[in-house]
Amino acid sequence: MISEAYIRKELKQVKDPEIPTISIVDLGIVTGIDINDKNVHVTLTPTFAGCPALRLMEDMVVNHLNANSKLGKITVETSFETTWTTDLITPEGHIAIKKHGLAPPKRNCSTISMEVLEATKCPYCDSDDTSMKSPFGPTLCRSLHYCNNCKQAFEGFKPV
Amino acid sequence: MNSINALKELLYKMADDQLIIGHRNSEWTGLGPILEEDIAFSSMAQDKIGQSEHLYNLLHQLGEADADTVAFTRNAGQFHSSKFVELPIGDYSFSLIRHFLFDFAEYLRFESLRESAYEPLAQVAKKFFGEIKYHTMHANTWVNQLGKGNEESHQKMQESLNYAWDFALGIFEPGPTEKILIDENIFIGEKSLQKRWLDAVTPLLQNSGLTIPSTDNWKPIYGGRTGNHSEHLQPLLEEMTEVYSIDPSADW
Repeated sequence: MISEAYIRKELKQVKDPEIPTISIVDLGIVTGIDINDKNVHVTLTPTFAGCPALRLMEDMVVNHLNANSKLGKITVETSFETTWTTDLITPEGHIAIKKHGLAPPKRNCSTISMEVLEATKCPYCDSDDTSMKSPFGPTLCRSLHYCNNCKQAFEGFKPV
Repeated sequence: MNSINALKELLYKMADDQLIIGHRNSEWTGLGPILEEDIAFSSMAQDKIGQSEHLYNLLHQLGEADADTVAFTRNAGQFHSSKFVELPIGDYSFSLIRHFLFDFAEYLRFESLRESAYEPLAQVAKKFFGEIKYHTMHANTWVNQLGKGNEESHQKMQESLNYAWDFALGIFEPGPTEKILIDENIFIGEKSLQKRWLDAVTPLLQNSGLTIPSTDNWKPIYGGRTGNHSEHLQPLLEEMTEVYSIDPSADW
């Protein structure tokens, strides 16, 4: 009998291709696991509508589960039914984001303002004395910051 | 059936606006006045084009051709985008003003569509709304800084605003089947949206030291929604589809 917890544990090994320290489970994009005998249907929700890693992650899920001989047919769909927000990132996910050198997103940001983004904690020295340089970074989910304390430029994971 | 056609009309104009403004934004890639702005316009291009794809997917679910076919095989006359989005990127001040005026309209459009009775549209609107907040925040920061910067920056921003204004009003060209959407709580309608937009942008522009053209002189530039475009759209489409046209059956 294949359990949802078993599949979830398997999917923890599938990492975000742009932030390889975080699994797609900890990123919070796995919104549905339906098991029918040995067949598994996984539902993902997009982080950003224009994220180019979306299709890649669908393929990674299929490939990873297909390699498991205990499982039958694997299908994946992307659905907007559950809206992804950065609050879906797990506490373990926050640690993984920091490990990659990114500032984790603030929680419960129902209103995003310059003030919220300005007050991003430096992932290197934990100082609050930082300033935001741009709300757009090298990928859609990142913003650019500078730490006035350790004089280090860093990137933040944007709260949405 | 009538409501399906009205819904398609709404989805087409939104998707086409997103695709065309996304393409124009991407024209700043490698040319932005500073690195951060180059990245910002490139990121926004990626957001807009990604959003257009999801809107075309909704149309596909309603029986239209798939996203690539719809995006890459139509002529200018078949596009429902507003004339505003097809205008060339021009001077940076124009691109910033357009970004500001257009993205506030989108922000409010998706804000209201989160409550749409058409659930698939409400779902994507919730997603897009979270993303577009960053676009309006970026636009407002720059319009404010340059509107109140020095004499030269102020003058450029004001001239661009004067030029852009009637085109921006053209975003809100009322659709012929809009009443059905309003009656069925699918969409609040362009007139209500324009009012919300004016309420939002007026104080922000004033706060940036910029003056909106006086109401008596407003002449909204319509036509885009019914396929009557300026001379700028067809060349844009030819450039955008250049690679696709070499081999439409290629698998990417």
